[in-house]
This record gives sequence, structure tokens and C-alpha cells, in this order.
Amino acid sequence: MKRFFKINRKIRNTFHKRWMLLSLIVVIAMPIVLGVGLYLKSAMLLEQTSLIKLLFSKEWKPMQGLFGLWPFIVSSLWVTILALLIAGPICLLAAIYMTQYTKKYFLRMMHPVIDILAGIPSVVYGVWGVIFVVPLVSNHLAPFFNTQSSGYSILTGAIVLAVMIIPFILNILIEVFRNIPDQLTEASLSLGATHWETVKHVLVRKAFPGIVSAFGLGISRAFGETIAVLMVVGNVTQIPKGIFQPGYPLPALIANNYGEMLSIPLYDSALMLSALVLFVVVLLFNFASRMAIIKLERHT
Amino acid sequence: MRKFFKLLEERIFQGLMILATYGIAVVLFVIIISILIKGLPSLSWEMLSQTPKGGFYFGKEGGILNAIIGSLYLAFGSTLLALLIGLPVALYMNIHLLNRKKLVNTIRFLLDLLWGVPSIVYGAFGFSVMIFLGMRNSLLAGIITITLFIIPIMIRAIDEVLKSVPRGLLEASLSLGSTRSETAYRVFVKQCIPGIITAVLLAFGRGIGDAAAVLFTTGYTDYIPTSLSHPTASLPLAIFFQLSSPVPEVKDRAYASALVLTIIILVISILSRILSRRFQKTKINF
Repeated sequence: MKRFFKINRKIRNTFHKRWMLLSLIVVIAMPIVLGVGLYLKSAMLLEQTSLIKLLFSKEWKPMQGLFGLWPFIVSSLWVTILALLIAGPICLLAAIYMTQYTKKYFLRMMHPVIDILAGIPSVVYGVWGVIFVVPLVSNHLAPFFNTQSSGYSILTGAIVLAVMIIPFILNILIEVFRNIPDQLTEASLSLGATHWETVKHVLVRKAFPGIVSAFGLGISRAFGETIAVLMVVGNVTQIPKGIFQPGYPLPALIANNYGEMLSIPLYDSALMLSALVLFVVVLLFNFASRMAIIKLERHT
Repeated sequence: MRKFFKLLEERIFQGLMILATYGIAVVLFVIIISILIKGLPSLSWEMLSQTPKGGFYFGKEGGILNAIIGSLYLAFGSTLLALLIGLPVALYMNIHLLNRKKLVNTIRFLLDLLWGVPSIVYGAFGFSVMIFLGMRNSLLAGIITITLFIIPIMIRAIDEVLKSVPRGLLEASLSLGSTRSETAYRVFVKQCIPGIITAVLLAFGRGIGDAAAVLFTTGYTDYIPTSLSHPTASLPLAIFFQLSSPVPEVKDRAYASALVLTIIILVISILSRILSRRFQKTKINF
């Protein structure tokens, strides 16, 4: 009996180990399968037209077989960069304030706020964008800059996106500032620098790689955000000339056309190519940012 | 004079910092308030307890029960599946591969990369696999797609907790004669249960709130699915579709549905705090 029990335990151990290993292999294979799968689907289109031409052509006429992704890429860039311009400084200031100027309990109080902001689904952000940000842009911001806008514009998308990536960037920045040794601050203060001078010349300089990578991760998050942006950005196929004009980012393009993509030849191939572009861009940004963070950790 | 400017600069930036910090809290407040104001008037018991009736999309009777149930099915199914794959991976990384730091760090790096991949990419990928296999829009396809999307999140969240378990605990357990898998499931899981609950609920929240991954794969239907091969409605898509309707009553319902989803997310967030505090007791303190 005892002997049997022992074997049983061993078998169980082996079984668990096999299952663990199998799961690990599945997880590791995932990005490769994802990339290869998307490439195979877009290969049909790539055989006909070169990648450069597809990426930089302005003609998006699926019925005639013209799939230029340039207007969508430009829209995506506009929205993403603008969102980072709004969210970046706010996050930086807030992170410095929470880690350097306040007591510990304040950070503990703010944590639920950040967590809830991070947890709100993107579709709810979209609804909020429609009921709050769209009127704000069309009734207040656009007249302020002497233009007209329906409210469904690049700027609206960027504001909504900015709010969505704030908790994400903020969390990383707080971590970055917390990991800077106190001695640095103390040394600077003891030499007679004011609190702000210490922040400006010592902390920010020391944390600079961390800040850059936090922003990089924010960019990759914003670049792939779909539903919330889709709901407020207007979705007009054009190269936007100003922030009050509607745009049509890449993720929105994929999401909007899934229904009809099987009825037009090569359409699905074009959409899979845009998914592949998103995948590659996000991976590259993530890769660079994570590398920078790892380097930073090694130094401190 | 120089001192004056120095002080002025300090004051200005301090003001900006306070503004930024409180601004973030205010934005959360504004979001919740504006969803409440718009959603509360059209939220009714009828809406929560009925499936869409004829003419629902023109403002007639019915509710979004199909979407609520569908979303819960999707989220529960995918969280379970992700836990089944994710927990062993996290344990394997922290127990079996403990002495192979480089390999583990590479896996972590890979998972961090995957964490950032937008859900629409998973959705598009899931869709093309579905077409390739000749499957139709279904609950199963949705569950699998969401699982792919939440696995990296779950593994990294669990891994982050397991990392903090002292090596001594592993050595103690092994020296008492238990196998590695026993150590993993009976000692490590027990020790980290608060963190694992948080990770599971985090993944659940992601799963229930994500629209882009299910947009392609689950389809949409007015009925509550009774099998894995049926198409399924989901809350995010219900909100999305209703909001794009020109009928004001339907739009109001979209706001109410958004309120329902927000409440679910808030409940999950509070639940994870309470549960992780409650299970703190089972932890061995060092």
C-alpha cells in the first residue's frame, strides 16, 4: 500500500511536470505562431504589390484592389503622438509629486484610483468620450482655436487615449522613481540644492532611461487601442491636416471592416497586413522600452 | 533676484504637480459621474432581466440579459482556461527553473512583449484561424481568443507574486520529502493565494471588458447561448452596437449598458481587494 502510494506520487509529479512543460511551450510558441499566421494571410497581397508601396500609397480603394495604408498609418501616428504629448507631462509631474513630495499614505490612497482607471474597459472610455469629450471639443476647444469641428476628431481620440494610458505610464514611472536610491536625493539636498533643483538635475537625469521607456510602452499601448478610439475619432479615410479633423487609425480600420472583408478579394489579406503592421510596431516599441528598463535596473 | 526666480520656479512646478495629481483623480470622478448621469435614468430591472424582444433595436421592449450572460460565459471560460495553462507555467518558472535565471528572464521578457500586443491583433488572428479551420462565430472561438489575450497578463501577475517567495520555503518543503509538484501546488500556491486571486480577477476584468478580441470571433445574437458552438453576445459589443444606433432610446440603453459594465468592473476591483486581504491569513510569515 505504502509502496503504491509512493509510485502514485511519482506519477503525479511526472504528470504535473509534463503539463507544465507543455503549457510553457504553448506560451512560448504563441508569438511565433501569431506572427507567422498573420504573415501567411497577408502574403497573398504582398505577392501582388510590394510592401513599401502598400505602406506609403494614399489610395485606399478596396473595390479596385488598391490598398494603400498611408492615411491610416498617419492617423494612427497623429493620435498616438498627441496622446503621449498630453499624458506624458501629466504622468511625469504626478509621479514626481507622489514619490518625492508626499507622505507614503498619499500614494497608498492614490493607488486604488490608478487601479480603477487602468481597469475600466476601453468601450466604457469610448462611451465617456462620446458623452463628454466630443461635446467638449466641438463646443469649447474648437471655437477657442477659431475652427469648426464635429467633435469626432483626432484631438478627441487623443484625449480619450491619453486618459487610458495615464494609469499605465504612471505605474511604471512611480516604480522607476521609487527605485532611485535615497542617498542621491540626500546628497543633493545636503549640498544646498532646493527640492525642485534636486528633482530637475538629479532625479530626472537619473531616471531618464526609465522615463523614456515608460513613454515607449505608453506609445505601444496607445498605438493598438481599438474600440475607444474608433468610437470618437470619426473614421474618415483621409490624411488629416489638423487635430480638429477626423482620422481613421489602423486598429479602427481592422475593426470596422471585418464584416465585408470576405466579400472582396484580397480585402482580408490587406486587413491582416494592417494587423501584422500593428503587431510588429508594438513589439518593436515594447522590445526597445523593456531593454532600456533592464539596462536601468542593472545600473542601479 | 536670482533667489526669487528660483523660488518662483519651485512654486510653479509644485503647483503643476499638485494639479496633475489631483487632475487624474478628478478625471476618474468625471468618468464615473458622466456614465452615471447618462446611464442611470434608463437602467431598469426589465433591461437586466430580459433578452431583446422584437423591435428592440428601434427602442421597443427587451433588455441586455443576452449580453450580460454572454460576457460572463466568455470571461469565466477564458479565465478558467488561462488559469489552467498560466498557473503551471508560472509555477514551472519559479520552481523547476529556479537555477536557470537566464532562461526564466528570457521567458519573462517574452511575456512582457506579449502583454503589450493589442487585443485586435489577437482578434484578427483568431478570426483567420477560425476561417482556416472552417469554424463559425462561436462562444468557443471567443473563449480561446480571449484566453490567448489574457494568458500573458495572468502569468506575469502570478509570476510577480511567486518571485517573492523565499527560497528557504522551497528547500524546506523538498527536504521533507515532497515532490516538486507537491511543493508547487500545496506550498507555493497556498503561500501566494492572495496574489493569485488578484491576478485571476485582473485577467477576468480584462476578459469581460475587451471588445476587439470578440468582435471577430463570437459574433452577436439575441439569444442566450446554450452550447459552445453558438454565437454569443457580449456587453462591450452590446454597448458599441447600441451606441451607433440613431434611435435615442437605444442610445440611452447603450449608456445604461456601459453603467452595468462599469459596475461589474468596480465590483471585481473591490472584490479582489477584500479577498486578497482575507486570504492573507494562510500565509507563512518570515
